[in-house]
Amino acid sequence: MIWGWIMLLLPIIGALGVVVSSGRAARSLALWTSLATFGASIVAAVNFGVWGTGEFGLVSSIPWMSEVGISISIGADSVSMMLVLLTTFLMPLAVLGSWTAVNERLKEYYGWLLLIETAMIGVFLARDLVFFYVCFEFTLVPMYFLIAIYGGSGRARACVKFFLYTFTGSLIALVGFLYVAWSNMESTGQWSFDIATLTTFAAGMPLADQLWILTALVIGFAVKIPLFPVHTWLPLAHTEAPTAGSVILAGVLLKLGTYGLYRFALPMTPEAVVEWAPILGILSIVGILYAGLICWVQTDVKKLVAYSSVSHLGFCVLGIFALNPMGLQGSVLYMINHGLSTGALFFLVGMMYERYHTRDMDSIGGLAKRMPIWAFFMVFFVLASVGLPGLNGFVSEFLCLLGTFAAGESGSYPGVLGPWFAAFAALGMIVAAMYLLIMVGKIVFGSLKEPAGTDRHGLSVDLNAREITVLVPLAVLCILLGVQPWIAMDAMDGSVVEILSVYQPSEVAQQMVDAGSAWVAGSPSP
Amino acid sequence: MNDPMTNHLWYLIPEAILLVGVVFVAIFGLVHNASLRRLTPAIAGCFVIASGVASVFVFAPDRMESAQFLFPGMGRWIGVITAAIGFMIIPMSVGHVDRRLEREVAAGRLRFDPLRASGGEYYAFMLLSLAGLMLVCTARDLIWLFLALELTSLPTYVLVAMSRSSRLAQEAAMKYFFLGAMAAAVFLYGFALLYTATGTVEFEAMRQVLTQQAQEGGINSLAIVGLVLALFGILYKLAAAPLHLYAADVYEGAAAPVTAFLGFVPKAAGVLAIMMLLSVTGLNEMATGLPYPILIMLWVVAVLTMTLGNIGALLQRSVKRMLAYSSIAHSGYLLIGIIAGPGVGYTAVLFYLLAYGIGNTAAFSVLSGLERRGQEMATMEDLAGLRHRHPLMAAVLAISSGSLLGFPPLLGFWGKLLLFIAGIQTGQVVLVIIAAVNSAISGWYYLKLVAVPIMAAPTARSEAVERGPTGWPRLAGVVLAAASLVLPVFLSWLVDQSEYSARTDAAMAAAESAEASGAGDATASLQGPLDRPSGS
Repeated sequence: MIWGWIMLLLPIIGALGVVVSSGRAARSLALWTSLATFGASIVAAVNFGVWGTGEFGLVSSIPWMSEVGISISIGADSVSMMLVLLTTFLMPLAVLGSWTAVNERLKEYYGWLLLIETAMIGVFLARDLVFFYVCFEFTLVPMYFLIAIYGGSGRARACVKFFLYTFTGSLIALVGFLYVAWSNMESTGQWSFDIATLTTFAAGMPLADQLWILTALVIGFAVKIPLFPVHTWLPLAHTEAPTAGSVILAGVLLKLGTYGLYRFALPMTPEAVVEWAPILGILSIVGILYAGLICWVQTDVKKLVAYSSVSHLGFCVLGIFALNPMGLQGSVLYMINHGLSTGALFFLVGMMYERYHTRDMDSIGGLAKRMPIWAFFMVFFVLASVGLPGLNGFVSEFLCLLGTFAAGESGSYPGVLGPWFAAFAALGMIVAAMYLLIMVGKIVFGSLKEPAGTDRHGLSVDLNAREITVLVPLAVLCILLGVQPWIAMDAMDGSVVEILSVYQPSEVAQQMVDAGSAWVAGSPSP
Repeated sequence: MNDPMTNHLWYLIPEAILLVGVVFVAIFGLVHNASLRRLTPAIAGCFVIASGVASVFVFAPDRMESAQFLFPGMGRWIGVITAAIGFMIIPMSVGHVDRRLEREVAAGRLRFDPLRASGGEYYAFMLLSLAGLMLVCTARDLIWLFLALELTSLPTYVLVAMSRSSRLAQEAAMKYFFLGAMAAAVFLYGFALLYTATGTVEFEAMRQVLTQQAQEGGINSLAIVGLVLALFGILYKLAAAPLHLYAADVYEGAAAPVTAFLGFVPKAAGVLAIMMLLSVTGLNEMATGLPYPILIMLWVVAVLTMTLGNIGALLQRSVKRMLAYSSIAHSGYLLIGIIAGPGVGYTAVLFYLLAYGIGNTAAFSVLSGLERRGQEMATMEDLAGLRHRHPLMAAVLAISSGSLLGFPPLLGFWGKLLLFIAGIQTGQVVLVIIAAVNSAISGWYYLKLVAVPIMAAPTARSEAVERGPTGWPRLAGVVLAAASLVLPVFLSWLVDQSEYSARTDAAMAAAESAEASGAGDATASLQGPLDRPSGS
């Protein structure tokens, strides 16, 4: 369908426009382009037609290197579509959020922002492995330049570390992918990089092969998520990136990793996943608790929010490896909710930084007295992030934990985690409440403390209309997904069950096989 | 046309054009009139383009049936990419050769003295070396192969020496020459042993003898020793470990355009020669793998080359030495394709030659387009904050390092992808994993080439970096960088072409007969040769 291509191409066209435009016009051009892309994604979502089923919509393909089976093919199941919506939704906000924060080299800045949008949409829409990999890798380049040119004082180290970690990881994932593609070629005599074909094929490979493939994939995606112990690039990159960079990084780029697990690791290597789910579960729990404890002792607000991402994404991974629809649904929901609430927190920290030029919790405090609107949103999104019932974070966190808890006993899926995993992970919720509320207590409440010689660079004391415009849509969605989460859950039902279909118990699979062989027996022999 | 002599001469047309060019260029370089003399590079460029165009027609597919080359389709691909890269290196050299002399003459302080000028010879030697590379494709026997390889190498020794008026260049040239001569002796000795073992120097006959020996219980060990020696000698041209030690010194000593030349032309010639020598053992798409000792040797050399190249590059402060070590690492990647063998392996090698050639030459064009107080930029520090003063050059450097790193969607990525696919397809998963890890290591220093111009604060040293006397090298850099960006659009066609060029004669005959009999569609005949048994 045409709307997929429009979503992919619009930001590229916009980026070209931005590059040839004059400095100031670049800003509004980028805003309009990202709004248009959002509009296109809304149209695509309305005409999607396969919400709630496990089918793929927006399917379309352009042949490219047919002799090795590479093509540019796109298509989205409900989960991909939701993540695309998240991307296109966050993008105009990111542009709006950097309206005054970025004052030099505007053309490059907005050009890179729009390019990263295309790359991210491409990752979610890709139905060809090579196309997926190209988009997945290409997200690095704009982000690298966003950090390298517009970042904070430690940007040199941050962007190099970010780049090298992710690049190394995805190279190893690439070898895993190529191994699958080659094995498929060996057995069928035809090269193919079609994700559906390779997924079906890989799921039938022997366990030893699957273990290798899963290792490669997990190394690739774990860096991106980031999973303990390969998370160390994230706090640096987040802290040094400009506000919009942090928002995109937290909002979407981290989800590329979990999406990779969802799209590839789960359906491609079911047997290996069952073997390794406990190890990955333990790693996520260690990440949840360890990052949470680090947050506790942070004095840099942005770093705190960055580490909280590591902790939160741990729940997400745990939900994925619960291997039941509940956990997986919670996990996908978590990807969206984390994008909203953590994205908003980065915006808020950025707005504070623009006014005070410090993120040090010891040198600022009691800002509720100075900036009541800002304080309201800060408390709101912190509560969303902590998981206050009624707001979005609660539902997804609860589902992830419930899925993990139920994994041990639910008969129909090979749950290998269980109550113990859920119990330890739940400790993370307490830690999260602790560090986030301590942060709120320090900078929002208490006696007013402002660094000496505050220069707001012409910004109003409290949030201005533009900044409120950035935050309100996020807040509305947080409430909406908090009180009506089944809108999203119903929509993703089918896709989640479809992904987990390889984990169905053998009786069900047997029935399907029996039905198949009955059909074959009934049909005339060739 | 049926007469073998005329037949053979026909395939020499591109080289003949280059040789005519050599004469013209050598004369023009000595003309007293300065504006005519300045045309020398343009004339050289015209002849290079002409030979590239000629090779398209000379090696037209319908002519290749009667050609009896080991790789019938190769001439066209190599002819075109040789001409393309050569054509880019020529403008990079403008303003480097005879620089001091020309300045004095222009200022009127000196009369032009043909005895002191070396501009004409410089371009002439370049064309000779390009002709040598093209000749490798048409080799049908060991003698021809040896002469072609030497024709590729000998002019480069002189190029290194004359490229800069610096003692470093003299030292580099001496080193390069003596080691090169020794390498030539080694592979000549290998050729002699091969001759002893098979009683012939012709590839076709040699292949028959060796195939027969292989069927009768193994290739004669004398032949194996001969092959190993010959390969080692030729690996020197690739700067493959453990014969890589000269590379950093020589690349650093020569002027940047010559370094770009050294990074591509002798390397390509060496790779093609290795492909030919391995084919002599009866290796083709249908046969099972390499003789075991040779496989092991190449495997070890590939791993060593990649690893030492990348680690070496990590340690360098000088940009040129870093790029020198990186080009060593690329030889290692190329060897993966060589090990993977005919079919998808050689396809990947030929494609990678193009991708690497473009990326590497673009990187060196930045070094030859900018200078600091009339000297080449030396250390990383000179690049600091380059984007503030020379944003375009910083972009070229970023794109070319991205391509060399193998970052999607640049050309280098597709080359590496093909090499990895080739390696995995022939069961060399471990080798591919080592290559992937090496790529990751290389990210560290390629990223420096991107990061330092963007992020580092300009220093007094880097502030002194200015544009070179002419814009030609920078133009070449922009064109090459644009090529690594744009060529992936034509990826399908490029891979088709390199697949066709990499076919051995046996595969070509099979494809032709399949086409003639109409059995199976065209894609099936392409797929067929690619399905080589694994575990070779």
